[in-house]
Amino acid sequence: MERSQKQEQSAAETKEPKTGADLLVESLINEGVETLFGYPGGAALPIFDALYKAQNSFDQILARHEQGSIHAAEGYARVSGKPGVVVATSGPGATNLVTGIADAMIDSLPLIVITGQVAQGVIGTDAFQEVDVMGVTTPITKHNYQVRDVKDLPRIVKEAFHIATTGRPGPVLIDMPKDISAEVIEAEFQANVELDLPGYQPTTKPNPLQTKKLAEAIGNAKKPVLLTGAGILFAEASEQVREFAEKYSLPVASTLLGLGAFPGDHPLFMGMAGMHGTYTSNTALYECDLLINIGARFDDRLTGKLTSFAPNATVAHIDIDPAEIGKNVPTDIPIVGDAKEALTKLLTHDIKQPEHDEWLVQIHENKENYPLWFNTPDQEMIGQWVIKKVHEATKGNAIVTTDVGQHQMWTAQYYTFTQPDRWVSSGGLGTMGFGFPAAIGAQLAKPDDTVVAIVGDGGFQMTLQELSILQEKGLPVKVIIVNNQALGMVRQWQEAFYSERYSQSIFSIQPDFVKLAESYNIKGMQLKTQDEFIKALPEIFNYEGPVVVDARVLQQENVFPMIAPGSGINEMIGVKP
Amino acid sequence: MKRIITATVRNRSGVLNRVTSLLQRRQFNIESISVGRTETEGMSKMTFVVDVEDFQKLEQVTKQLNKQIDVIKVSDITDKAIVARELALIKIVSNSQLRAEIQGIIEPFRATIIDVSKDSLSIQVTGKPDKVEALIELLKPYGIKELARTGLTAFVRGHQPNTQDGSFQSLLG
Ligand SMILES: Cc1cc2nc3c(=O)[nH]c(=O)nc-3n(C[C@H](O)[C@H](O)[C@H](O)COP(=O)(O)OP(=O)(O)OC[C@H]3O[C@@H](n4cnc5c(N)ncnc54)[C@H](O)[C@@H]3O)c2cc1C
Ligand SMILES: Cc1ncc(C[n+]2csc(CCOP(=O)(O)OP(=O)(O)O)c2C)c(N)n1
Repeated sequence: MERSQKQEQSAAETKEPKTGADLLVESLINEGVETLFGYPGGAALPIFDALYKAQNSFDQILARHEQGSIHAAEGYARVSGKPGVVVATSGPGATNLVTGIADAMIDSLPLIVITGQVAQGVIGTDAFQEVDVMGVTTPITKHNYQVRDVKDLPRIVKEAFHIATTGRPGPVLIDMPKDISAEVIEAEFQANVELDLPGYQPTTKPNPLQTKKLAEAIGNAKKPVLLTGAGILFAEASEQVREFAEKYSLPVASTLLGLGAFPGDHPLFMGMAGMHGTYTSNTALYECDLLINIGARFDDRLTGKLTSFAPNATVAHIDIDPAEIGKNVPTDIPIVGDAKEALTKLLTHDIKQPEHDEWLVQIHENKENYPLWFNTPDQEMIGQWVIKKVHEATKGNAIVTTDVGQHQMWTAQYYTFTQPDRWVSSGGLGTMGFGFPAAIGAQLAKPDDTVVAIVGDGGFQMTLQELSILQEKGLPVKVIIVNNQALGMVRQWQEAFYSERYSQSIFSIQPDFVKLAESYNIKGMQLKTQDEFIKALPEIFNYEGPVVVDARVLQQENVFPMIAPGSGINEMIGVKP
Repeated sequence: MKRIITATVRNRSGVLNRVTSLLQRRQFNIESISVGRTETEGMSKMTFVVDVEDFQKLEQVTKQLNKQIDVIKVSDITDKAIVARELALIKIVSNSQLRAEIQGIIEPFRATIIDVSKDSLSIQVTGKPDKVEALIELLKPYGIKELARTGLTAFVRGHQPNTQDGSFQSLLG
């Protein structure tokens, strides 16, 4: 560690006084930060100087665009459960983060976002690189702070981590005016680090009267369904949910973001529900008489037309955020609390076994008769087939990230997730450009796991500059481009709803992805047929470094089944005949 | 339907922005907002009059407000026994001949004249919104030059009757 010695030496020689920025970095270290995604600039220079001095305290990752930093931080947060930490400069640095902040907000990912700001003396004067970051990010953060007094800094950092990671997680932003970061402080400065949050007390313990009500409802149900959402993953309640479902033989449907919360290969699992969900799940949601939603926020991609969603069911909803209960779907049994606490409580109740054998038979038959399906061409590849092969090659054990579009839905459908926290996708915002940098964050969090980024040729081109990080950090991420030479999902909608008027959705030219990868010193492969793909799989997954695979698939393939926008969950098209 | 909602919030920077941005984003029409300090150091009270479609939307907005970190407590006090007041300043066209006549109009409202000039007169009135509204109507024929209202501020009475018949909704006029 020659380098660290040198640094210590130089710090000792110069004896630089301690600054607000040093205090910030110290607070981050106190919070146990191990990885930080940064991109420097004028107003953040004091922060980056403090980071320089702390180089040995944590991993610092320089992306090539702030959007890359923040999606990487999201991927890191999703698989590690720890907050992702991002630092950027004022003005354009901060605005480049906005998409990622909004993405983390809607998908409830814990992030600490630190932005440089112009000095307090010139805030409000349209100073160089000044943006009202507080104003811009207020609606897309769980909370935000602008530091006005350096003494508040340790408390603010502590509160920020507490808010980001407790209750319903979310992004918290700290705006650091340059004069605050540069301010020289007393070396023995005693920080007041008491939390001061009287207005923030998330309810985690469910009301026992409500859990009892649910217990009774289960005993009386003839057609019960359990809907598993991402809240189960945040609560780390996968084991409990499995025990609960097995105890009462409850058939399980999942949201997109809940995949992995319940084993995808379990006999009780019916598959993803919603717009591109399975026939079995959607039909069960339509016909059920008891719907138990655990940690899903009843998003419209899940419910379809609300009047056709579980129209005859008693609805029970367990969610840590009271504002989610009754927001979209009228709820008979509201249970505010942490999913794990609620399930643990429910498992203690002595519930009468529901009499629902007929229902289970019907569900079993639906699963047999109407599975997900596709027709494999002779030689050419299609997206669904590619995902199945990737699933086989990784034995279903990889951490998989996706971008947004057809490939995302095919991954949700055909990569059977059997474990929690191995599925990383942008659900609520549907942010193209998310998948590849998110894989970088996931790989940094889990260096020993196989991480596969499944991306579209469109979305990959939004953030592919982050190939630099793979090269620099030697991260063995496997990038599979499901290349249909189109904005596939848009093309599908134009085919279905706009009489095949393919406005701006077909790429007439594309980069040579192999050469592109090679220019970053990364192994690149173009695969055009099933034979080529199958032959290449061991090479891709046994190779110790990163690989970029340009998998050429047929352009006209569509994602099915589908519920057209405005239709009910019972009105699926493209179900297996 | 109109509802009166009060929120106790911390006097931290950005809290007003957070609250109004939330109301706007969830498409709540704000009729009025008033904000001021309370008996507790560092706490402010906001009073909103909002126009909402139904109780489900109303429940959403109070829950969303409650979720804000710097919001301590949110209450819909519309159906409670409350005291609610608004202050209005009304400048009307007037001259020395009209002054007595106007004095006669405003007296039952316990309003006062707070500024007089050659050709105008400023009146201050405090009360429930319907009372303020009624006085404004009466003064309109004289020509209103300027009108400023604080918006409603309110709290619940010390004693709450047992009946929950919603008879206090009339407070909103
Ligand atoms: C192209 C595209 C197609 C899509 N199609 C579908 C589709 O067919 N089906 C589908 O389901 N989605 C689909 N989506 C995703 C959809 O938009 C939503 O993102 C998704 O349905 C949300 O899933 P969720 O409610 O489980 O997760 P989140 O949105 O993350 O919500 C999690 C919920 O859990 C709660 N929670 C958090 N922590 C806890 C805790 N400790 N205990 C209890 N509760 C907690 C939160 O308050 C929140 O209500 C699609 C997205 C895209 C981009
Ligand atoms: C930033 C952003 N811009 C636009 C969209 C709208 N959109 C949704 S899917 C899609 C097409 C994605 O194409 P590609 O990445 O090639 O994936 P495919 O659907 O072909 O698998 C588009 C443009 C979006 N979700 N995000």
